[in-house]
Amino acid sequence: MEFLSQTWHWSIAGFLIGIIMLVLIYFGNHFGMSSNLRSLCSMTGIGKRISFFDWDWKSQRWNLAVVFGAMIGGFVAIHFLSIPSNVELNPKTIEELNSLGIDAPNGKFLPDYFFGKDFYKSPKILGMLFLGGLLVGFGSRYAGGCTSGHAISGLSNLQLPSLKAVIGFFVGGLIMSYFLLPYLLK
Amino acid sequence: MKLLKYVLVGFVFGIVLTKAEAVSWYRIYEMFHFQSFHMYGIIMTAIVTGVVGVYLIKKINLKDINGGAIYIMPKEKGNIRYWIGGIIFGLGWAMIGACPGPIFIMLGAGFMAMGVVLIGALFGTFLYGLIKNKLPH
Repeated sequence: MEFLSQTWHWSIAGFLIGIIMLVLIYFGNHFGMSSNLRSLCSMTGIGKRISFFDWDWKSQRWNLAVVFGAMIGGFVAIHFLSIPSNVELNPKTIEELNSLGIDAPNGKFLPDYFFGKDFYKSPKILGMLFLGGLLVGFGSRYAGGCTSGHAISGLSNLQLPSLKAVIGFFVGGLIMSYFLLPYLLK
Repeated sequence: MKLLKYVLVGFVFGIVLTKAEAVSWYRIYEMFHFQSFHMYGIIMTAIVTGVVGVYLIKKINLKDINGGAIYIMPKEKGNIRYWIGGIIFGLGWAMIGACPGPIFIMLGAGFMAMGVVLIGALFGTFLYGLIKNKLPH
């Protein structure tokens, strides 16, 4: 089990992600996670009022099945395949985060600062979680895809629009990580 | 039953992304600060695997599982939507350290705070649908 519980090498993980995308193509579909957000919105019947949600989301049930499986996979991996040596960061990163008030991983995948048990007690944390989600949801629909749809699927098919989107992801990420996040965490 | 194979693919995807720690807020921060090659290695290996695979699929004219032709839809041409949409996405990605896949995966793993992120993401998607026609694309 040791080989499963340790942090998987990037080359193995990257290869498997590529294979997952190819398997979905072989199934006659495609690899893209964020369109499930649109399906979930459409399930509420809001398509009667907003045309963007008036589409055949039922044809996308296969993708919701992928998400369902991914949630179980995450549960199994976190609860049965994790060991304390996971998430071994660059010591410099830990030091930097410490100065920003973010707890060190010590085997945790997510910082308690945002995702700890008491997250709901702080309006600031709730606001940041919501805003972060909002930017991800809005941005991925505006750009027509997220990391899976553009960075992996789109670039694998040598799509120039996807390259623009991925450069955008990184520009936005760098602005947040270097300039906005330190300010928001203070 | 037709959906079962998709649940299985998703299950593997959830395990791989978690064990690669691509679902970790810390790894995303580390990536944006260029303090580790780990995330870049994952993304680049996935793309190289994908490029070779997609090339071969086209080259040998592979049929899909039902015997139909495989057609990978090209992305629409455009500029503003990709640059601006991409930047907005990146701001959120670096803030909460999760893109849509990991939001679902970590919610499944039991991190209830991800539920708030998911509600935000659904609201963001709704907001886009609401004002789509007023946005430059």
